[in-house]
Amino acid sequence: MIDLSINFAGIKAPNPFWLASAPPTNSGYQIMKAFEAGWGGAVWKTLGVPVVNVSSRYGSVNYRNTRMMGFNNIELITDRPLADNLREIEEVKKYFPDHAVIASLMVESRKEWEQIIKDVENAGADGIELNFGCPHGMCERGMGSAVGQEPEVLKTIVGWVKEASNIPVITKLSPNISHIIDTGLAAVLGGTDSISLINTIKSIVGIDLDSYAPYPIVDGKGSNGGYCGPAVKPIAMHMLKDLAQHPEISKVPISGIGGIETWRDVVEFILLGATSVQVCTAVMHYGFGIVREMEAGLRQFMEEKNYTTIYDFAGKALPNVTEWKHLNLKHKVVAEINSDTCIGCDLCYISCDDGAHQAISLPTDPTNRIPTIIEENCVGCNLCSLVCPVENCITMVKKDDGTEHITWNERSLNDDVPTTFDDDRAGGKGHFVPKPTDALKNNN
Amino acid sequence: MSQYKRPTTEAEFKKNFKQKKPLMNDTEAYYEASRCLFCYDAPCVQACPTHIDIPLFIKQIHTDNVTGASKTIFDSNWLGNACGIVCPTGVLCVGACVYNNQSVPPIQIGRLQNYATNKVIDTGKEIFKAGEPNGKKIAIIGAGPAGIACACEARTLGYHVDIFEAKSKPSGLTVHGIAPYKITNVEVLKEIEYLQNQLGFIIHYNSPINSKDQLTGLEDTYETIFLGVGLGSTANLELDGENKEGVIGAVEFIEELRMKHHEVKVPKKVVVIGGGNTAMDAASQAARMGARKTVLAYRNSKVNMGAYGFEYDLAISAGVDSLFNVTPIAIVGNDKVEGVKFAKTELIDGKLQTNMNNVFIVRCDLVIKATGQAKQGHLYDIVENLDIDNKTRVVVNEETFQTSNPKYFAGGDAINGGAEVVNAAYDGKMAALGIHQWLNK
Repeated sequence: MIDLSINFAGIKAPNPFWLASAPPTNSGYQIMKAFEAGWGGAVWKTLGVPVVNVSSRYGSVNYRNTRMMGFNNIELITDRPLADNLREIEEVKKYFPDHAVIASLMVESRKEWEQIIKDVENAGADGIELNFGCPHGMCERGMGSAVGQEPEVLKTIVGWVKEASNIPVITKLSPNISHIIDTGLAAVLGGTDSISLINTIKSIVGIDLDSYAPYPIVDGKGSNGGYCGPAVKPIAMHMLKDLAQHPEISKVPISGIGGIETWRDVVEFILLGATSVQVCTAVMHYGFGIVREMEAGLRQFMEEKNYTTIYDFAGKALPNVTEWKHLNLKHKVVAEINSDTCIGCDLCYISCDDGAHQAISLPTDPTNRIPTIIEENCVGCNLCSLVCPVENCITMVKKDDGTEHITWNERSLNDDVPTTFDDDRAGGKGHFVPKPTDALKNNN
Repeated sequence: MSQYKRPTTEAEFKKNFKQKKPLMNDTEAYYEASRCLFCYDAPCVQACPTHIDIPLFIKQIHTDNVTGASKTIFDSNWLGNACGIVCPTGVLCVGACVYNNQSVPPIQIGRLQNYATNKVIDTGKEIFKAGEPNGKKIAIIGAGPAGIACACEARTLGYHVDIFEAKSKPSGLTVHGIAPYKITNVEVLKEIEYLQNQLGFIIHYNSPINSKDQLTGLEDTYETIFLGVGLGSTANLELDGENKEGVIGAVEFIEELRMKHHEVKVPKKVVVIGGGNTAMDAASQAARMGARKTVLAYRNSKVNMGAYGFEYDLAISAGVDSLFNVTPIAIVGNDKVEGVKFAKTELIDGKLQTNMNNVFIVRCDLVIKATGQAKQGHLYDIVENLDIDNKTRVVVNEETFQTSNPKYFAGGDAINGGAEVVNAAYDGKMAALGIHQWLNK
């Protein structure tokens, strides 16, 4: 029997699907609607200092036929009265006592922190999330990512909060930093109960070619926004991995955020160590109903893999994410084209010839468009299989027998690494490359 | 059985002749363009007689550079808009799309092409300029697709261009001879106007060239003459009773329909003779004009028809019946047509033989002959040293489109005996380049 319920640093929820602190959690109305739709928790849109918002707030990156592949916003924290939000938190908890309602907070002084923590605890919030990530507007006032970029300041504030609060504290980190470990560790040292990441990434999603202003345009001007949506998922997963592999930081649970839209995204985040996930852009695009697909897919995955709870597979990919120097240099794959399913677009040919290793040839008969792999030139880079538009037409076939295993690290220890630019051990010396003039059309 | 009610108003005519390839809207074009794979050495380009860089213009549509897309199209094909609509894309670019190899619907290239070119034409966006005048003059006989394409290209090279057109409208069969459910007159004429506005070639309408004196005059005034004269009226079948009232050529029938729309009265029973695309068009149109029974009669078997499969299917879907292996031997009736007497044909020793022992009459009130057009024989006779092949086609150099008389170049139906608009557009453009090369030797 599959049990999706979680206990995240003491915050209980019927499932790991939470709404991230953002426009979808702006009101009790939205959150009740979301809980009815199947969401297990919600991080309330950040409560804090008074703000004024601008009109024209969101921008997007569309790719091919996909809208909002990337999304950014310059909206600030909630501009609704604190009293309204507190009253609605209370009301939501009354209707949904078993769902997680977490108050995202952002204020400046210690006194303000202490007051607002008391307020949300009184309203019945199950936890607090510290917004140290907002990279637009609020950071100009010394809050949000301004804190998330200064480990010492972050640690101090986490300390204040922990001292004042009786409910679990989640510290939300900003990705606008070179080493996420620095702030992750600061949060843990400050005493946080858990971490969530990533917040949005500083971004400009586009420039209007008539007004020369960045999107979203506010009366002829724009500001950097916070980037999110499917495009940021790889960045988020990498930062999640860094934290989840860290011996100290990994002692607290991590809530994964960043481009999550499908069950597969959810499973991947959990495999990298997240034990709750937060979603915003997918809801802003498709509505709360998108959770149906996530839940059905997660259940299916768990059923097929024989898992009962998400803790059975949380972090299972972490041992396999290693440093480059530990990869087996003896592993060898070569591309194989299925000529029965190939449709002859020849994108594999041109991508390999122009963009990679010149390991694919075309037939001399112009009516035959099925390309051939030149096996001795194929370095197993995968590019052809990535550009191929036909499902499973190009596969990467393992060629080594698996008996040999040597890594760069091991070779370094044995002094068996190339030391000069012409060293045979580099491998590139034996690789066939056409003559430069073979590139010219009229070269006979 | 025909499903069409006889059209009595323009609105009813439009309904019966609904456009086969309606214009895409922005959203449809965006999504369709997003599907293009940008194939290497793309088969669609190879399949296009004018070699339009199709993946490029589709990418340009997708990146909201519709002006650039149009330029890409017109750079290869001056009749880019008309061709996007009337080209038999299923056997050309769209037929070559690699998606077909995977049973995925191919990219609707013709409609995307039409989408792009229609935008610049509608907004009158100028994307071409005539070249610096080089002081040389070209005369073009015939304002059909070949002539127009030749004129456009020649203008970009700086030539003064005068086109002499026998009729009162430009673009030849595109406006007179293509089924109205494929393209409307408005669409055809606005493309020519768009090109003419930018490139400034001159068309002299109602100006047939049919005398030796006229030709001599042209030869004296112009450095070169381009023959873009197409074909003539429907050829005679030499049948008994062919001159009866109610016997008409397909080209003439279609032309009348294109000009008069619902004012043409098509009677109840129609027989169309022929197996080419024009026969399919004529039959389909007779059905759409409300004929109760339209019979397509072809002397050979179905597989031997010259028409494209989709053209035949279109006629059948309009309610046309077909008869194969029948040849007309006489038109029966008194003054007016009352029927066609057919004899069955059969293949004996690889040759199609008429069996006069198997003869029958199909009753009808109208006979449409779609059995090929006569050639412009008279004009060819008065041009000196003009080589004509055994099918009465003007012989040209394949690369330069120069005829055996070096002052004359030719293209389109005059040299190929009757093909697509796109072939004529290619010939005209290449002939202009051939002329340029010859005059600058």
